[in-house]
Amino acid sequence: MTNNDWTPDQPLVSIHDVHKSFGDLEVLKGVSLDIMKGEVICIIGPSGSGKSTLIRCVNALNTIDSGSIKVEGLEVHDPGLDKLELRKRVGMVFQQYNLFPHKTALENIMMAPLKVLKQPQAEAEERAHKLIKRVNLGGKENSYPGELSGGQQQRVAIARSLAMNPDVMLFDEVTAALDPETVNEVLLAIKDLAQDGMTCILVTHEMGFAREVADHIYFTDRGVIVEHGPPATFFTEATDPRTREFLSQIL
Amino acid sequence: MKSGRKATASCYGDTDLAVLKPFRYSPAGSVQDLLFSRWLADFSPRSLLIVGLLFCLWPGFAMAQSNYSFTQALDALWRWLPFIVTKGFALNLLVSFFTMLIGTIAGVLLGLGQISPLKPLARASWFITQLFRNSPWLVLLFIVMLALPFEIQIGDTIYPIPDWLKAVFGLSLPIMANISEIVRGAIMSVPTGQWEAAESLAYTRHQTLWLVILPQCFKRMIPPWMNWYAILTMATPLISLLGVEDIVNLSRQAMEAEDNHPELLVPFFGFTLIIFFAYCYPIARYTIRLEKRFVVNQ
Ligand SMILES: Nc1ncnc2c1ncn2[C@@H]1O[C@H](COP(=O)(O)OP(=O)(O)OP(=O)(O)O)[C@@H](O)[C@H]1O
Ligand SMILES: [Mg+2]
Repeated sequence: MTNNDWTPDQPLVSIHDVHKSFGDLEVLKGVSLDIMKGEVICIIGPSGSGKSTLIRCVNALNTIDSGSIKVEGLEVHDPGLDKLELRKRVGMVFQQYNLFPHKTALENIMMAPLKVLKQPQAEAEERAHKLIKRVNLGGKENSYPGELSGGQQQRVAIARSLAMNPDVMLFDEVTAALDPETVNEVLLAIKDLAQDGMTCILVTHEMGFAREVADHIYFTDRGVIVEHGPPATFFTEATDPRTREFLSQIL
Repeated sequence: MKSGRKATASCYGDTDLAVLKPFRYSPAGSVQDLLFSRWLADFSPRSLLIVGLLFCLWPGFAMAQSNYSFTQALDALWRWLPFIVTKGFALNLLVSFFTMLIGTIAGVLLGLGQISPLKPLARASWFITQLFRNSPWLVLLFIVMLALPFEIQIGDTIYPIPDWLKAVFGLSLPIMANISEIVRGAIMSVPTGQWEAAESLAYTRHQTLWLVILPQCFKRMIPPWMNWYAILTMATPLISLLGVEDIVNLSRQAMEAEDNHPELLVPFFGFTLIIFFAYCYPIARYTIRLEKRFVVNQ
């Protein structure tokens, strides 16, 4: 599937009026947002407000009921969509790392380029070595996930995702399961990416971090975007009472 | 955390559609799964000694007034022993090997069928699994025995199908069904996050299964698989009821040749029990050991 008529001056990810229910529970009630290439956005909001559901729709881990999501012009919920083509462009990092426990750090990173992109072994290996250094884990190439700390595993997971050369990265509360002392090393790795121009959609509870890296912050509650704005104004000039309450609790 | 709730759904492509009812799985290698091996492995060396002693005391009180002495019976057993073991017990083992081979191959396919995203295939696999898992083995054996022809013709040559081979097919059915459950259970026990991570990396379903999921559950399948092997081996004397010349049938023939003295019963069938026990006991011990090791490693 080729890249129809998308041009870089259009949003890289375009979410328009997305609705999604699980059974009787409507989790997304018309969400719209656009992300330009190179932009970093943070989605914040109370638990259960649909943040994970929303970003899981972007790489088709969840289906949507109505509305549209476009990634580089690919209509994500077109039944004829080649999901693999979409997922090659969208990387995702999970709260629980989800590394493959039977593979070493290096193999975790190399496997998808080898098997999915069919890169030659030498090329994939060289890139994996570079990536593991990039997330500051030189020396851990041959460790199994079980031998790594949470923060280290999460950085391997980031490298694993980067190895596919995605155009946009999704991060779903990637520091929420970590010990406080390892949170920073992961945030640093993400910041490094963001500064490198990677388009990122981050769901996070780290407000300080969001303020520092985000170009735009979205606040969701009960399935809608209640308020959004650049960090400079978002944290100080929020008007909606729900946002203010949430911010007062978390800051 | 949501992963538990979505455990079933993720195997079906679209992650948020639960296809089967939530499936309660006791991880392969749990207490329930290995009941047989556990029971067998629990014989302590001391209890074995006591059984052995009772066995030796037997002639003292039971056969006191008989004219055919226990020693004579043991002599007879000794004479027939090579025949019983190399012709009879060997056949039981042969049947157990082939049954396990066929049952495992068919069971793995059926187990993979059960988690297929193609619903008709999944349903059919589930149905076949349940059907053969819950049917009495002897009935299955009889059906297969009577349903299969005694010879088949391929081209111009006629190949006879020996009875033991038919027995293999019959026993393969319940083994297949149980292996199918082991495979399904082991796959379901891998956290959903693994499926999602692989899917996000653009693995096809096939790649996810073979590169990510199955390598992780292979180890967990070994103890229950061995458990079924021990159960199967212990069950192979069933085929004697169908006229297959296994250890039980040959023992009976040997006793007949020794004029059917009732004193022969205990040594001959006692020996049968011992040889099955001696073969399966180490397997059961090893199964339990492996399982403990896997539990620790998890
Ligand atoms: N597969 C599913 N089936 C049924 N309900 C689901 C499923 N996934 C999520 N939900 C429900 O949808 C709602 C939104 O969930 P979601 O995970 O998107 O929230 P969230 O904003 O990410 O929350 P958190 O901050 O706790 O991660 C919750 O009520 C959740 O229970
Ligand atoms: Mg979430």
